Amino acid sequence: MTPHVLTRSLDRSATIFILIVAGLGILIPLSNLLLPAGSMFQVPTYLVALWGKYVCYAILALSIDLIWGYCGILSLGHGAFFALGGYAMGMYLMRQIGSRGVYGNPVLPDFMVFLNWPELPWYWYGFDMFWFAALMVFVVPGLLAFLFGWFAFRSRVTGVYLSIITQAMTYALLLGFFRNDFGFGGNNGLTDFKDILGFNVQAEGTRCALFFLSCAALIGAFLICRAVVSSKLGKVLLAIRDAESRTRFLGYRVESYKLFVFTLSACMAGVAGALYVPQVGIINPSEFSPGNSIEAVIWVAVGGRGTLVGAALGAVVVNYAKTFFTSGPLAPYWLFMLGALFILVTLLLPKGIIGTFNTWWDQRKIELGNGAAASAAREDGAAPKPNPAE
Amino acid sequence: MNAMETRTTSAILYLDGVHVSFDGFHAINNLSLTLEPGEMRAIIGPNGAGKTTMMDIITGKTKPDEGVVLFDGTTDLTRLDETRIAELGIGRKFQKPTVFESQTVQDNLLLALNVDHSVRGTLFWRGNKAESERIDKVLETIRLTDARHRLAGSLSHGQKQWLEIGMLLAQDPKVLLVDEPVAGMTDVETHLTAELLKEINRNHTVMVVEHDMTFVRELGVKVTCLHEGTVLAEGTIDQVSSNERVIEVYLGR
Amino acid sequence: MTFTAPALAGSFEDAVAKFANDDFSDTDEAISAVAASGNPLAFPIISALKEERLSADPDTKKVFVTGTYGKVIDAATGAAVDKLPENAAPVRLNNRLRRAVDAALGSLTLLSTDPAKRIAAAQSVFKSHEESALAVIDDALAKETNKAVKAAFAEARAAILLYKSDATEVEKLEAVAIVKAKGDQEAMALLTGLPSDQPPNVARAVTSAMASIQSNLAMWSMVQNAWYGLSLGSVLLLAAIGLAITFGVMGVINMAHGEMVMLGAYTTFVVQEVIRTRYPGLFDYSLLIAVPLAFLVAGAVGVLIERGIIRFLYGRPLETLLATWGLSLVLQQAVRTAFGPTNREVGNPSWMSGAFELGQITITYNRLWILCFTLAIFVILLAMLRYTALGLEMRAVTQNRRMAASMGIATSRVDALTFGLGSGIAGIAGVALSQIDNVSPNLGQSYIIDSFMVVVFGGVGNLWGTLVGAFTLGIANKFLEPVAGAVLGKIAILVLIILFIQKRPRGLFALKGRAVEA
Repeated sequence: MTPHVLTRSLDRSATIFILIVAGLGILIPLSNLLLPAGSMFQVPTYLVALWGKYVCYAILALSIDLIWGYCGILSLGHGAFFALGGYAMGMYLMRQIGSRGVYGNPVLPDFMVFLNWPELPWYWYGFDMFWFAALMVFVVPGLLAFLFGWFAFRSRVTGVYLSIITQAMTYALLLGFFRNDFGFGGNNGLTDFKDILGFNVQAEGTRCALFFLSCAALIGAFLICRAVVSSKLGKVLLAIRDAESRTRFLGYRVESYKLFVFTLSACMAGVAGALYVPQVGIINPSEFSPGNSIEAVIWVAVGGRGTLVGAALGAVVVNYAKTFFTSGPLAPYWLFMLGALFILVTLLLPKGIIGTFNTWWDQRKIELGNGAAASAAREDGAAPKPNPAE
Repeated sequence: MNAMETRTTSAILYLDGVHVSFDGFHAINNLSLTLEPGEMRAIIGPNGAGKTTMMDIITGKTKPDEGVVLFDGTTDLTRLDETRIAELGIGRKFQKPTVFESQTVQDNLLLALNVDHSVRGTLFWRGNKAESERIDKVLETIRLTDARHRLAGSLSHGQKQWLEIGMLLAQDPKVLLVDEPVAGMTDVETHLTAELLKEINRNHTVMVVEHDMTFVRELGVKVTCLHEGTVLAEGTIDQVSSNERVIEVYLGR
Repeated sequence: MTFTAPALAGSFEDAVAKFANDDFSDTDEAISAVAASGNPLAFPIISALKEERLSADPDTKKVFVTGTYGKVIDAATGAAVDKLPENAAPVRLNNRLRRAVDAALGSLTLLSTDPAKRIAAAQSVFKSHEESALAVIDDALAKETNKAVKAAFAEARAAILLYKSDATEVEKLEAVAIVKAKGDQEAMALLTGLPSDQPPNVARAVTSAMASIQSNLAMWSMVQNAWYGLSLGSVLLLAAIGLAITFGVMGVINMAHGEMVMLGAYTTFVVQEVIRTRYPGLFDYSLLIAVPLAFLVAGAVGVLIERGIIRFLYGRPLETLLATWGLSLVLQQAVRTAFGPTNREVGNPSWMSGAFELGQITITYNRLWILCFTLAIFVILLAMLRYTALGLEMRAVTQNRRMAASMGIATSRVDALTFGLGSGIAGIAGVALSQIDNVSPNLGQSYIIDSFMVVVFGGVGNLWGTLVGAFTLGIANKFLEPVAGAVLGKIAILVLIILFIQKRPRGLFALKGRAVEA
């Protein structure tokens, strides 16, 4: 009747997902480190880093799915939270360079020396300590999301209006971070990292550790999302998604719920960005570009929104395709394909891969004769019914 | 219109001199209406008479341009938002049935229960026996026990209407505002709904907006007819339906 | 100093020879003497001196002018010389001499037959306020008949008198009045640079003149900002006006709107390309030809988009947003494939190039035309919505689709045409924007966020709101820019809009009522 939180949050597909991610998180680093280079099963280091990047994108996709799939908030600015988390980590990595920079200044990063800055700006204080940077990875995106959401949700900015102003938010940040006097390296961003917690960021071992950590973070983020959506709060979120004003009339403070889940999601995006930066070795303002945020939304749509597993899957599939096509002779056609993906998924596959699979699976079960149970079992996966325009 | 003088009213809902206009259109025009505790009131009136807008005002969706709206004689509803008003104990059923279609019947009722509605409360919610018993009872009342695991979206139109009434029951408000509960129902369903509402009225104050005169007659309660945003007539169903003006603007000859 | 009397040939040659002494005071005398000589070689010599093309041989005391193409002549005689002597060195100048050179050049061109040159010369004298030019100015002023030139001469004379230590107080006061009347940045600089040892009356007059010029300048800078703001506002309006139809009236989020603008700009490019190669004489009419074509191209693409994609997504705004974003990627890439990724050259017809002065601000014709053009489109669109059958049907369908359908309006046809209209107008905007912006595949993207901001700020579903929104944002932007800088100004505007939307989620001119929440 009232199922326990943990058992509920771990249904079969969730368990499979966690096992796969955990398996990859352990096997890929092991194969890279233990097997001899050139062996058929050895995963080369560049692939470890590449897949690490995908895993970070999967975390970002989860964070978007949490608010879009379950609460109907389409953020077109989630790349901003990702990038802010990335910058927080990047600042730590910059401070770790110390006097090994081109100008050899023990405190100031190279770009500040280049710009003749006499001293470190106050907002760079503390980033020489890992724990502080790690905290900021959550705090900075979370705080921005909280402030933004506090204003937006209280004044009931919803639907496409919200999407457009989130887009404007990331655009404003893009313009800001491009400026040299913002103190984040202008359009070059932060790069040339040397080490993290004393380990060389380029080293195979570090890369494998980062990959493992990314997988762990993905599992952690997934568990948090599952716990949230399978709690009663998750039901309230769905209620808000499907009939916001009805939920209000039941006495729920809708804005508090949205604020909670938006902030949580931004923190998750921040963590994804923080893990991303040491693996790709650079963070620059282009991460704030509105196109990036929209692209992340399409990963979720491809995988199937409101399914969590689908979001992560979509991120990996689309990015794998991107890597595959942009590095081959089909490179000039990649944008055509990406554009077509946006159009075709929304038109033909509105539930995404996992959502469509779920529907098909339920259908099959009904045909096999135990219909009622099948449709009842699926309660969070159903895509919201479109509201006809009036 | 001085709110201070009317503080002592015994009415659970008290509207006086309420005006609302949308871009020059006077939706509500000097509307005054009181609802006593435990009363059931039927509201009739032609389209555009301001019935739904009145409910919007009571539930905080629309703010009146002027006028007094008091709950329980003391609380000024015009200053509160929907959530706060719902928490005070005013529940509402919409004209178009709005249930949470992607969730099960049971979860719809669970969401409606008037328990802790805070973020923290729902995040760490663990079901308990009292809650599930209440849900079972409501399911029985609205005759949806067998459908408890079905998605609300798969229910028939009449079942959705009942589910929504059931959600009101689970919410257990002091005042229920029910907007066109029998629209689109069969005669049998209409009859059952009337029974249901009478049942509910035993320990709740109810305001029903309805066009179906047979249904209103079956309820057998005091009737208020609205027209152009103001009260045209008030009294028993026979008094109101024999009123010349009501016949002219609403019932027809 | 005698100017009118023809100087003796011998004295001119003597004067030129002084350049060879490599002595600053001799050079100074040489400049004055050459400038006053009236010799036709005077101008080439002095301008060569300024540009370090005047060389002297210290042994033979001969002076040479090297032409801009390397031809060398003897400065004293004008006779051609094969090449410079080996030990010839450029005549050196110091700052004082440079001023003298400028003044001399000024006085030499003061008598040019071209009024524009005379004014330019007078202005350079005004800046240098070199005493030596006074006689020439007086002389020229007496002979001058052109009013504008006369005013410029009077200002130059006033500048000289102000700095002339032995000018009378009356002369100086008059001069201050003239400079004050000029009232621009240069007048301000002139007064600011004045030595402080002035008679008290003059000093007072100068202070008050400076205050007056200051407020005059402030006023003009306001006017200038307002003009820039109007100009930016017209660009924003142009980009947003099509969106006001598709988003504002139909409620369709078209993220490919910017690409419709881009298609219009590329249509202009193609039209100009054809004209350039086939009918060069028609170039001035290229925009007139491009406007209807751009409307048709973008409008047709719009109708295709509506029929092919958007009609399946009505009532699902978030999905529409994603699908049209994908579409914008496809269109950009298609244009990139067809025309290349770089900027394409779109020219200004002659009637759109150039500028004119209004008071102290410069107004370029292309900006002015775009402002007029935008307002014209706005008025036409407004009239169309109000008075044509399509406009009526459009409003009917957007207000109550079912009712309109039951009254026999072919709603799907109206949808397609409305979307086509919005897209077509975006195409026309592209023609105008091609005149002031780079025509590249990314052209549209730079406008999309701004356009949405304008429509949302102005209030959805209200063309007037879009107009007010565009000009408000344009002007606010230009007034913030000098204070905060261009980028920070833009960020500030975005933040302000975000805050504003939260205060009034439905924009400046919001519709009220029950229907809005539906």
